[in-house]
Amino acid sequence: MLEGPEITRALTRVAHEILERTKGGHDVTLLGIPTRGVPLAERLAARIEAVEGRTVPWGSLDITMYRDDLRLAPVRAVGPTRIPPEGVDGRLVVLVDDVLFSGRTVRAALDALHDLGRPRAVQLAALVDRGHRELPIRADYVGKNLPTSLRETVTVQLAELDGHDAVLIGPAPRRGADTTDAPGTSPDTPGVASGDLARGAKDSGAREVEE
Amino acid sequence: MTTPHLLSTGDLSREEALGILDTASEMARVGDRSVKKLPTLRGLTVVNLFFEDSTRTRTSFELAAKRLSADVINFSAKGSSVSKGESLKDTALTLQAMGADGIVIRHAASGAARRLATWAQGCVVNAGDGTHEHPTQALLDAYTIRERLGRLEGVRVAIVGDILHSRVARSNVFLLATLGVEVTVVAPPTLLPGTVASWPCAVSYDLDEVLPKSDVVMMLRVQSERMDDAFFPTAREYSRRYGLDDERLTRLADHAIVMHPGPMIRGMEISARIADSARSTITDQVTNGVSVRMAVLYLLLGGSAGEGGTP
Repeated sequence: MLEGPEITRALTRVAHEILERTKGGHDVTLLGIPTRGVPLAERLAARIEAVEGRTVPWGSLDITMYRDDLRLAPVRAVGPTRIPPEGVDGRLVVLVDDVLFSGRTVRAALDALHDLGRPRAVQLAALVDRGHRELPIRADYVGKNLPTSLRETVTVQLAELDGHDAVLIGPAPRRGADTTDAPGTSPDTPGVASGDLARGAKDSGAREVEE
Repeated sequence: MTTPHLLSTGDLSREEALGILDTASEMARVGDRSVKKLPTLRGLTVVNLFFEDSTRTRTSFELAAKRLSADVINFSAKGSSVSKGESLKDTALTLQAMGADGIVIRHAASGAARRLATWAQGCVVNAGDGTHEHPTQALLDAYTIRERLGRLEGVRVAIVGDILHSRVARSNVFLLATLGVEVTVVAPPTLLPGTVASWPCAVSYDLDEVLPKSDVVMMLRVQSERMDDAFFPTAREYSRRYGLDDERLTRLADHAIVMHPGPMIRGMEISARIADSARSTITDQVTNGVSVRMAVLYLLLGGSAGEGGTP
């Protein structure tokens, strides 16, 4: 659905929108949600720096331990949480993820952030919004709105992890099929989990869907 | 983890062991935060079933479970129905009926944890069974070595002292060998088990010869409470040949570290000056113990049934 140059353009636009809405982004901290939100946060930080000539703190915020569906899937590998030295207190934190889906990941991220400090405000940037929200959550910045069916999966591939940039839509795998790709077993091996479990497949590789 | 229990370090593959250490390093960051708590195991119950006295290990497991928001029940044999003659199996079934999701057991009998795992439906973590194993201690030792030296592969570790009675030594030898560490056990022949030849480690009787070639010296406690015989002539004699004193410290490489699982007998196994020096990792080991136990509890209890999870 999206190829390298389109992803680049979408991120550049999002970077400008962040600068515009935050009036120069002086107190902005970008926190990517592992796995693929982290390189996206880094790219956004680099773009903002290129425009404004000033560095923007960025880091990663793992939400595994805050998920509401831990008991529904095999145990997941815990990803890194790296908070920039500025911390999050009083900052405008922009959460960055690749795909916005049910909203449950963002809910977990808000909980995780709350345990780390008290940001002045929290905003959300997603490369792809595929709809089907299950919680009252919306993104402030969206690279591409991608209306999808629940029978489809959205896979984001990024050069940092997969060798190239792409957003792919495919049919959802058969329900209950191939649980060996379950998250946590091999965090960065491309693979697609299925059915309800796919909802939580935050760490399965070249990731399908999900919040 | 592939099994729903942690009974022996010999059961762990290299990937599983490294997975625990990596998870532990993320857990360690929780300890640096103002809110030292994660909601991960909310609603689950962990029972600390301690048939032997222990402050360090029990407190460490309790803190780890609480930091993950689990409910914790501490059960010590003293003053319980065990003193009225209740068997381990009945105790286990009682806990089962109360809905324990995880059981952390310490017992004086080697193999008690494995036996319990056959009765209990929840996850069983071995917190020391007789002279057999103490897997979370070995994991926290490996974590501490990796944290201090930056690697495990190719590191040379000397484990010194009462190997025969030490579950810590046994667990460490198997885990460290899995992780690519070169282990040498150093002890008087009387304090080495008959099976030591089949262990994945070298054996030496001469501490002075091994020290200059070691990156890590792990001193063990002389477990006099387990000794029903004379294993060495006198404590003074033992200390002279196998104690780590200030003079011996000069034989160590500059980067080498000194470990001790505690509780230590100052002056006999290790001099007070070394125990308090910057080279000693003894307090780090205690801190890391909480992170490692959080990782183990999360990996065993944090997922769904059938995959290292609860029933």
